[in-house]
Amino acid sequence: MNIDKIDRQIITATQAGLPLTPQPYQTIANALGLSAEMVMQRMMVMQDQGVIRRIGAVPNHYRLGYKFNGMTVWNIADEYINEMGGRIGQLDFVSHCYHRPRHLPEWPYNLFAMVHSKSEAGVKEQQGMIAELLGGYNLGQDVLYSTRILKKTGLRIGR
Amino acid sequence: MDEIDRKIINHLQGGFPVCESPYLVVATELGLTETVLIKRLNDLLETGILSRFGPMYHAEQMGGELTLAAVKAPQDRFDQVAEMINALPEVAHNYARNHELNMWFVIATDKPERLPEVIQIIEEKTALSVYNMPKIKEYFVGLKLEA
Repeated sequence: MNIDKIDRQIITATQAGLPLTPQPYQTIANALGLSAEMVMQRMMVMQDQGVIRRIGAVPNHYRLGYKFNGMTVWNIADEYINEMGGRIGQLDFVSHCYHRPRHLPEWPYNLFAMVHSKSEAGVKEQQGMIAELLGGYNLGQDVLYSTRILKKTGLRIGR
Repeated sequence: MDEIDRKIINHLQGGFPVCESPYLVVATELGLTETVLIKRLNDLLETGILSRFGPMYHAEQMGGELTLAAVKAPQDRFDQVAEMINALPEVAHNYARNHELNMWFVIATDKPERLPEVIQIIEEKTALSVYNMPKIKEYFVGLKLEA
């Protein structure tokens, strides 16, 4: 989708968050010198087009008790990666699943799947379920836990 | 955090309407008043239980560029390295992880050509190699964490 100047203004005004006012789209519109109808229409189109993935709340995993956020990483032969990635992405406990480049020899992993649990045993169990699904296509694996959030601001684009 | 907070968090991970009085719509669905919902949301954000509330933009769909990158930060200057990396506005998230590659961050830039510049700045400032791992393919993004 081609985003224009007005879309960009709306993005800049909302990427830190939606105003906590009874009529938040009107508040945005007032700040930008637009009508609320225009802001709402643009945001609906951006949502339809996938520029906005969704509007909603992002909880701090730790604060909800999900203290074990595991980045499970896997080494999958390139010819099977899309099939395997597609399957792993469908698991209900996986929040993000991507094919990323290896950095050989130190980093042989090319499939990343983020999992979240309230216990380390929970993550191990989830990792085990992924391994089971991958079967013989799994050439190596690891899990990296986040031990601390150093920064979390969300994206800042369109300044 | 009480039952009402949990209800709000669980509900709002699923989406938020675009209409004139969206808080009123959501409050009604949850059996709350608009004032209570707004107050609770404000508190959840202020206390950091929610890290964000609003639209989640898809960087690449906007012509921007996004990558996941990692460095091996020496323990004796770990915090200093984190500070240098976090100082860049293009760095959206940064996590410490238990691996030799112990600092993992997301870089998001307006324009694709800015991304290698940011990586270069990080390498120069920290004197560390940046392991750049841009996504080749996305299989899934989403998830609701039950509060």
